[in-house]
Amino acid sequence: MTNLTATSRLFPHRHLLGIEGLAPEDIIQLLDLADEAVEVSRQVEKKKATLRGRTQINLFFEASTRTQASFELAGKRLGADVMNMSVGSSSIKKGETLIDTAMTLNAMRPDLIVVRHHSAGAVQLLARKVDCSVINAGDGQHEHPTQALLDALTIRRNKGRIRGLVVAICGDILHSRVARSNLILLNALGADVRVVGPSTLLPPGIENMGAKVFTNMREGLKDADIVMMLRLQRERMNGSFVPSVKEYFRYFGLDAEKLAIAKPDALVMHPGPMNRGVEIASDIADGAQSLIREQVEMGVAVRMAVLEALSKHLPNSEVRP
Amino acid sequence: MTTPRPVLIINAHLVDPLTATETQGAIAVEHGVIHAWGRAIDASAPPEGALVIDGRGRTLSPGLVDLRAFVGEPGAEHRETLTSASRAAAAGGVTTVVSMPETNPPVDDPAVVDYLVRRAREKAGVRLLPAAALTKGLNGKEMTEIGLLGEAGAVFFTDGARSIANAQVMRRALTYARDFGALIVHHVEDAFLADGGVMNEGELSSRLGLPGIPREAETIMLERDISLVRLTGGRYHAAMISCAASLAIIARAKAEGLPVTCGVSINNLTLNENDISTYRTFLKLSPPLRHEDDRCAMVEGVASGLIDVIVSDHNPQDVETKRQPFAECADGAIGLETMLSAALRLVHSGDVTLPRLMQALSMRPADLIGLPQGRLLKGAPADIILFDPDEPFVLNPDTLHSRCKNTPFDGARLQGRVHMTMVGGRVVHEA
Repeated sequence: MTNLTATSRLFPHRHLLGIEGLAPEDIIQLLDLADEAVEVSRQVEKKKATLRGRTQINLFFEASTRTQASFELAGKRLGADVMNMSVGSSSIKKGETLIDTAMTLNAMRPDLIVVRHHSAGAVQLLARKVDCSVINAGDGQHEHPTQALLDALTIRRNKGRIRGLVVAICGDILHSRVARSNLILLNALGADVRVVGPSTLLPPGIENMGAKVFTNMREGLKDADIVMMLRLQRERMNGSFVPSVKEYFRYFGLDAEKLAIAKPDALVMHPGPMNRGVEIASDIADGAQSLIREQVEMGVAVRMAVLEALSKHLPNSEVRP
Repeated sequence: MTTPRPVLIINAHLVDPLTATETQGAIAVEHGVIHAWGRAIDASAPPEGALVIDGRGRTLSPGLVDLRAFVGEPGAEHRETLTSASRAAAAGGVTTVVSMPETNPPVDDPAVVDYLVRRAREKAGVRLLPAAALTKGLNGKEMTEIGLLGEAGAVFFTDGARSIANAQVMRRALTYARDFGALIVHHVEDAFLADGGVMNEGELSSRLGLPGIPREAETIMLERDISLVRLTGGRYHAAMISCAASLAIIARAKAEGLPVTCGVSINNLTLNENDISTYRTFLKLSPPLRHEDDRCAMVEGVASGLIDVIVSDHNPQDVETKRQPFAECADGAIGLETMLSAALRLVHSGDVTLPRLMQALSMRPADLIGLPQGRLLKGAPADIILFDPDEPFVLNPDTLHSRCKNTPFDGARLQGRVHMTMVGGRVVHEA
């Protein structure tokens, strides 16, 4: 699977702050690198030396077991020293601004900071203030680029392509950074993207962002190649955005009956963690068409690919301007 | 205080909002008031001891009257004091500033009004007049002592950046205020509909992943208020409108003859939501910056006179309230010192004439609070400014006099610089 262009091409960005701003060839380069990383991760010897001597800080302002673990493994497999910092917003010292936090960390001379923050734009703000490379691991309702990349990798490995596929993103589009990043990425690579959800969970102007909008899931799933389900946060279930879990599952939960409307070889995805029986039926989540566990494996590979792509831009690298 | 010496300003381009005229000529100031002005003034024989200023190449107009500034004194002196606000105002050609009641303690007691009036006289070169809270503790529930606060010197009644959610409270306040001829100024936003929102709702907010504030949060509140004005007959001023739909509502209310006026923030006149670009927190404002179509409607509103006044909405915020992610930072931008330069963009673009602009910046706001300023009229206080409307510059925030530097025009190219500000015949700023 060695792809010469993937490793020899200089990735033209110092940070990964979002899918927006990436050219299609940048995305393809990351996916090609990730394909190689999958091979490395399946060997007995999983360790590479790409980031040997480098320090990676995982700065999580929002709890996330799987994304943080995934970035930690990816960094370690590439030889970096990885430090995890979980900053519950309650424990942030009152009065310390995000910029103060950034400057403090910067003074410790890390090479990479992976950031998750509950506020849109927070990662960009931090990236402007530090000297190292910054990776967005999810900022508010804005973007979650590595999730979109791992989804694309999973799709490409299973379908052989992305161009021309009908991808239905279903559920809480309004609050989902995963949906935004996926929408941009899948459009850039030529997929036919649909968003499916009740109107209370669709962001204004979504129809101008490259998605066909469906408020009826049966119509939205017709001829779909990929059904991508999103998590519905518990606090949005009871009367605020949708009346009840029961009603939501009835109209927007993925069960065998609704999945049958999609193409027979349609594949099911979910960024996790799942609410079984809310947005997805248990038998579908664990069924033959589900790629949900494979997505987790691809997550580590994609994060290795991103770290590797940015490695040439780290402090004191030769190519660094 | 001693009587200021006579002043004669010659060779200036005079702009008078009252007659909406522009003439070349001179202006004579004696005992702190305008003595005479126009083409016919004899510049060759100034009164004895007079200060003679050559205004060649400069424009002379009444000073700006700003109905909306957050000052910070008492309680938040680290953000702004009466002195620093006054310096910023003088440098920006603003000769009268109305301060908002959201201080600590709030301006809901005649003693606080009295304190502010006295202290402003000592500390400020420009005229700083307090607005009082409409409800006690700015809690939106019980009305303040509108009569006593007015006697102490409060120029109008408002809860500042807060809306009165309860229609009954607003109805009673409008009804009671009517007996005193008091003006009620309201921040028109439905707090429930705007809840959680941090910018204009639309495609851009979706792209940025930021919760939006729909225009309807403004129009619903405005419609409600106007219905209550119709019911009560109270004098009402919508502090700042931001969208085309609100303008239509104001037009209907005025056509009906209701005692309704409205203002617009300088920011909503000269900036739009795209200026937020990469989450620039200095552009997080309330009301939010809207679409370019809305901004154009606001400009038309000023040109037609449907919008009565332009305000700076001066709101100093410091490091700990602004150096945060967009959604978490405080609203507000400073504006006293840049209001005139920014507003002149409308003149340079050909959308608004200079006399019309000065009506919205000076005469109409003075009228609303019953001041004789805002016009070149014999006997009116000599609150006047001399500026070059064409002088270009790039704004460097470090040169601003405000204690906080949260200007949305950071690094912007502006045109129009104030060279002299006079209050009551005394020069309070020269550049």
